[in-house]
Amino acid sequence: MYKYVLKRLLMMIPVLLGVTFLVYFILALSPGDPVRMILGEQASEESVQMLREELGLNDPIPVRYVRYLGGLLQGDLGTSYKNQLPVAPQVLERFPNTLILAMSGMLVALLVGTPLGILSAKKQYTLLDNATTVLGLVGVAMPTFWLGLLLVLLFSLHLGWFPSSGMGEGIGPLLKSLVLPAATLGTSCTASVMRMTRSSMLEVLRQDYIDTARAKGLKEGYITLHHMLKNALVPIVTVAGLQFGMLLGGSALTETIFSWPGLGRFMVDSIKSKDMPMVLGSAVFLAVVYSVVNLLVDILYAYIDPRIKSQYKK
Amino acid sequence: MEKQLAVKDLRVRYETADGVVEALNGVSLSLEKGKSLGLVGETGAGKTTLAKSIMRLIHTPPGNILAGEILFEGQNLLALPIEKMREVRGNEISMVFQDPMTALNPVMPVGQQIAEVIAVHEKVSKVEAMEKAGEMLEMVGLEARRAGEYPHQFSGGMKQRVVIAIALACNPKLLIADEPTTALDVTIQAQVLDMMLNLRKQLGTSLLLITHDLGVVAQNCDEVAIIYAGEIVEHGELREIFHDFRHPYTEGLFGSIPSLTQKADRLNPIKGLMPDPSDLPAGCKFHPRCKYAKAVCGNAIPGTYDVGGGHTVQCHRYGSKEYESEG
Repeated sequence: MYKYVLKRLLMMIPVLLGVTFLVYFILALSPGDPVRMILGEQASEESVQMLREELGLNDPIPVRYVRYLGGLLQGDLGTSYKNQLPVAPQVLERFPNTLILAMSGMLVALLVGTPLGILSAKKQYTLLDNATTVLGLVGVAMPTFWLGLLLVLLFSLHLGWFPSSGMGEGIGPLLKSLVLPAATLGTSCTASVMRMTRSSMLEVLRQDYIDTARAKGLKEGYITLHHMLKNALVPIVTVAGLQFGMLLGGSALTETIFSWPGLGRFMVDSIKSKDMPMVLGSAVFLAVVYSVVNLLVDILYAYIDPRIKSQYKK
Repeated sequence: MEKQLAVKDLRVRYETADGVVEALNGVSLSLEKGKSLGLVGETGAGKTTLAKSIMRLIHTPPGNILAGEILFEGQNLLALPIEKMREVRGNEISMVFQDPMTALNPVMPVGQQIAEVIAVHEKVSKVEAMEKAGEMLEMVGLEARRAGEYPHQFSGGMKQRVVIAIALACNPKLLIADEPTTALDVTIQAQVLDMMLNLRKQLGTSLLLITHDLGVVAQNCDEVAIIYAGEIVEHGELREIFHDFRHPYTEGLFGSIPSLTQKADRLNPIKGLMPDPSDLPAGCKFHPRCKYAKAVCGNAIPGTYDVGGGHTVQCHRYGSKEYESEG
């Protein structure tokens, strides 16, 4: 098991190299001059040249890339072009906000999606099953920004139950301000988790060992939880893990709509101002988080299914 | 002798998009306390459907029990509310399934799978249930310390021992074994059957043994019932059936076993195929393959005739006037 984890950690190195390579070159080759962004259009050609030299922007891109990697190896994510402060603390400062939001969204997805998926599978082709299927499709298909706006319209403007934007201070206001963004973010996840739970449960439902369990005289609820769900769990955890990774990296839209001070919105702002070290730093950080989440999911498999655990030992 | 199990005129159908499958067409059977009955028939004859009907494990839809009674110690199982049926399952009637590879939950330790059935039927703590599960493992010839291992760490024969341990854990009155050895090697088959025989003697359990192997029946059963296309065509004492079989289908079954004393180049199977259960022939279900068939066989379903000593045959040759008058 430890050997497996170590192997997976080593495999993260090429992944991160790939991510930095792609993001670095895309940003470096995209039009627009960061120096002009910093100094403004009126700046003199001389001061522009001086800053270019200072930031090392006159060197060829590959050289700059290698230099960036060198800094990265020493834990240096660079300095922001915009505010001249180190990138790492600024990323770390915003990440917890994104994490809170993503975890709330995931919680919504698991708490709503899993039970609905189980019910839907057990009552296959009934009205309930068809209704949840339709709802699920709507949930997946609905664009996040639109759903977010609708929720704000109804629950903030009309009913005034929840704040429309910002992140509350203290537990009570924080939870209150979390409801709408978490619901927005969780909706499409809920639908994915629900659909996966349903199909995975349907596969398990007619297995011989379910008949064995019934032949023992066990109660249906117990069978559903201990025999069906446990066997259906691996695909559900896979989807949940992937979705969680997406929530961490892809909540930019939701964060923008609700003015949530998270990493996603921060990244979008940095892209707009061509603050390359900031974008790179955020992307690298998210890539690490994403890889770690996936690794955790893979380790979780071993605890769900002992057959996978015995494979890891090899 | 008191009847342990009596199945009366059981009719079961599967209603699928491709048509109605008539799996059981009026099956009647009975089994006395402590005895063993072998139910013999080929694949698709309705053996497993019968076993699952007794346990009320038929999935509805597509399955549907249309008519009949299943009396266990005089109580109609089909009329029991599901809560009462749960008290019967695993406690009074147990079942051993055909394929040990798929009959165990792959993500639960085997000890726990045995302990579950004990915990649900007996008033014991979890620890006591696990202890008893360990004892059951030893009883079926496995080490108790392996209780924490998962099914994939056992061989097929060992898995079937675990399945048998589950079935016998609460000391049931009736054990239904659905082809318990079909999925196993011949050497392991003998071990598992011997073990079942010994345990049954110790515990006094009645047995309904479902198989397509006449040899297995000969070693393990007191009575034999032959099932064909969802009907019991012949039923009697082991000796009666083996030495004085009457139904043409039974005759064909025994005729298809190669003899040790006579030279034979080819096997001698029953001609034709078993009818499609979604499109059964009228009259006697066996008549298209029967060498004694006359016109009446295709028109009327034969009655069940007693040919002496409780040996019954469902065939026009043993009492139908039309059959005799046709000449």
